[in-house]
Amino acid sequence: MSVIYLLISVSICVAVGFFIAFIIAVKSGQYDDDYTPSVRMLFDDETKNIPQKNNSPTEEKQV
Amino acid sequence: MTDQSCFHCGIEIPKNEEINFDEKKFCCAGCKTVYEIFSLHDLTCYYDFEKSPGATPQDIQGKYDFLDNEAISSKIIDFQEGNTAIVSLNIPHIHCSSCIWILENLNRIQPGISISQVNFPEKKVRITFNSDLVSLKSIAYLLSSIGYEPYISLENYETGKSNVDRSLTYKLGVAFFCFGNIMLLSFPEYFEIKEFWLDNYKPFFRILIFLLALPSFLYSASGYYVSAYKSIKSRMLNIDIPIALGIIVMFVRSTFDIVMNYGAGFFDSLTGLVFFMLLGKMFQIKTYSFLSFERDFKSYFPIAVTRINQDTSEESVPIYDVLEGNRLLIRNQELIPVDGILISEKAEIDYSFVTGEAVPITKKSGDKVFAGGKQIGKVIEMEVLHSVSQSYLTQLWSNEIFQKKVVQKHKTITDKISRYFTPILLLIAFSGFGYWIFIDANTAFNVFTAVLIVACPCALALTAPFTFGNILRIMGKQKMYLKNALVIEQLAKVDTLVFDKTGTITTNKKSNIVYEGIPISDEDSVLLKNVLRASNHPLSRMLYDFLPETKRIKIDEFEEITGKGILAFAEKKRIKIGSAAYVESPDLDTSEIEKTALHVRINDVYFGRFNFQNQYRDGLATLFLDLSKNYTLKVLSGDNDGERENLEKIVPEGTELIFNQKPEQKLEFIKKLQEKGQNVMMVGDGLNDAGALAQSNVGVSISENVNVFSPACDAILDANEFSRLKYFLKLSQKSILIIKMSFVLSLLYNVVGLGFAITGNLLPLVAAIIMPLSTITIVSFVTIMANYFSSSNLK
Repeated sequence: MSVIYLLISVSICVAVGFFIAFIIAVKSGQYDDDYTPSVRMLFDDETKNIPQKNNSPTEEKQV
Repeated sequence: MTDQSCFHCGIEIPKNEEINFDEKKFCCAGCKTVYEIFSLHDLTCYYDFEKSPGATPQDIQGKYDFLDNEAISSKIIDFQEGNTAIVSLNIPHIHCSSCIWILENLNRIQPGISISQVNFPEKKVRITFNSDLVSLKSIAYLLSSIGYEPYISLENYETGKSNVDRSLTYKLGVAFFCFGNIMLLSFPEYFEIKEFWLDNYKPFFRILIFLLALPSFLYSASGYYVSAYKSIKSRMLNIDIPIALGIIVMFVRSTFDIVMNYGAGFFDSLTGLVFFMLLGKMFQIKTYSFLSFERDFKSYFPIAVTRINQDTSEESVPIYDVLEGNRLLIRNQELIPVDGILISEKAEIDYSFVTGEAVPITKKSGDKVFAGGKQIGKVIEMEVLHSVSQSYLTQLWSNEIFQKKVVQKHKTITDKISRYFTPILLLIAFSGFGYWIFIDANTAFNVFTAVLIVACPCALALTAPFTFGNILRIMGKQKMYLKNALVIEQLAKVDTLVFDKTGTITTNKKSNIVYEGIPISDEDSVLLKNVLRASNHPLSRMLYDFLPETKRIKIDEFEEITGKGILAFAEKKRIKIGSAAYVESPDLDTSEIEKTALHVRINDVYFGRFNFQNQYRDGLATLFLDLSKNYTLKVLSGDNDGERENLEKIVPEGTELIFNQKPEQKLEFIKKLQEKGQNVMMVGDGLNDAGALAQSNVGVSISENVNVFSPACDAILDANEFSRLKYFLKLSQKSILIIKMSFVLSLLYNVVGLGFAITGNLLPLVAAIIMPLSTITIVSFVTIMANYFSSSNLK
């Protein structure tokens, strides 16, 4: 039964791992804006199907 | 989308004015240009996410030239290293997914921009760009040209990097981590299974539980110790004292239990309690990041202004560098940042930020112009009289009310109860100890600690945060945005309501136009409308909108005389519209001059005048009548009393009407009421109310557009919801009722728990059941009640 020492230690380590991941996520500001990413993720397909035009850096009109 | 609305901005297109381009209809050349820009860069997806998401770009020539000034732009840019720069710009127009999409694809329109990232709740875009390829100025112009004009104010100049306080999130994370793991590890203890191997591993489990409880006890709960210490120091018994006491006693006793091998201790309850209380704290903080409740003049004022040097060259200078005697150039739609004297011949100045007055004031050369006005029309020149900090309007901010940072002006309802709660709790604990000490010293110690543990007012402490958190959200959905939860308690206590007149109980969106004089024939009405069409004066625009829709006719000759009126010829008639003196109105008696009016003369006949009256908000009379039953009502106005008669007809009898009030006088007026012991709510809108809003117990600012302008206040109310003010007041009173009811409920739990404790029977398992059970009941009770009251009519 002494395997329980190992099992519990492993499970605590996993938990601590997730906890550290959470701290890193908060620190990097991921929880500051909880709305925009949910919209942004829907855009990816829209931008890909348009051919990229890198040729002419068009001069912008300044009204 | 109907056929007649603009493809870009969705505005209905007036007949015959539509511009067809690429088989799409546009209302103006501006919208068409934006579409052209987008289609040129294959960005027409913009129109796929939302229908007509755009805004018409404003004419802003020269407005951002100050960004060329190195000193200014370096203050705005967040980060600069080599040629990589990052800037965060505030864009009020951000409102939908199309906005996010187009702003995050800026790099396809403008080479040099590498990444742009939108923060939707804050309405900000963070742009990383190569400063060698593109300047901040051209980014500002690019954004403006596609209808996303950035809002740059003096505030940007001063604030450095603001550090977001995330400590509560960390604490909550730690508390949850400890709570969850301890709960799992405590499971064997709950069932008291007498099994050999479980008994064998007990010490191992207990040591782990102890170690896991440490971060929660030392870090997550630290706020409560600090607050309890502060409150003892200031001799104000607040709710945090019994909480801190409970937590500490719980920890000491549990440690003792484990060390002496008496039992598993209460670490599960301890960490659970900390977690739930932090959760309540988190819930109570509902921030509207796109709103600002701390605005002072800095967020209204521009960051730079154009100065005319001795050698007539023009230069953008930061506003703080403007000195007395300087000559400034103010363009169309620019704000006058300092008091001064007008040098140009005429100016039309819109003081709506300051007073809420919609109609611009005409100033002549040599007149004094005050800071805060917006120039409308031509470019003007002015000479500076006072520097920014000494100007009439900004001096209001040197009043002491803006200086002191009042953390908490009053005792909260929870603190009031805990003033009785804490002594009673200690009394019970000591009497229990006193009773048992003669029987069994060991039990006496157990009872004493058990009382403090079980009576830890967890449910009590959760009541207010969850009730207020709920009410805050409910009000927010109905467009009443509160600064924080404390405002609800203040709202419930209010007994006197003071209203500002212009812009608050009147709307500045439209004026009520009344015609007085000889009836105008239909033909002449057509003429008038067509003449007004060509004029850009705000009064003309208002009258133009007021007159019925007609066909177009050709105007043969048109002349606009600034500050006087219009002279036009059409269909062989000579039409004069303008001020009384210009039109040579026959009745020039003084009482009428105070009113805003446009006079009309066709050929040689004086027809009459269109009076522009204040348009009171819809439902004002009903609202005042309802409110007057429970509250003392007062109306304060900065205007002359020309409107007194009109207003008296609307407001119920006994409402005090006070006119000719300067900003300082408004502040003093509120102060006097408070000295008489009244709880005052000030409802205002403009910067001139800022002092009164800050002084009052609750300052509510009415805003036509919540995204843009509102002075510092406790709550922002959308102008369309003005007539529901009574509902919000009622709801706040109901929330206090909910709190009182749930206090009773949570005290019942305490009584039951104390019953266990005082008889010496509090097992960790009982504590572990009572604690979450009480929490869940309280939280669901207040949530249900808050929603019930908000949806019932509240008669």
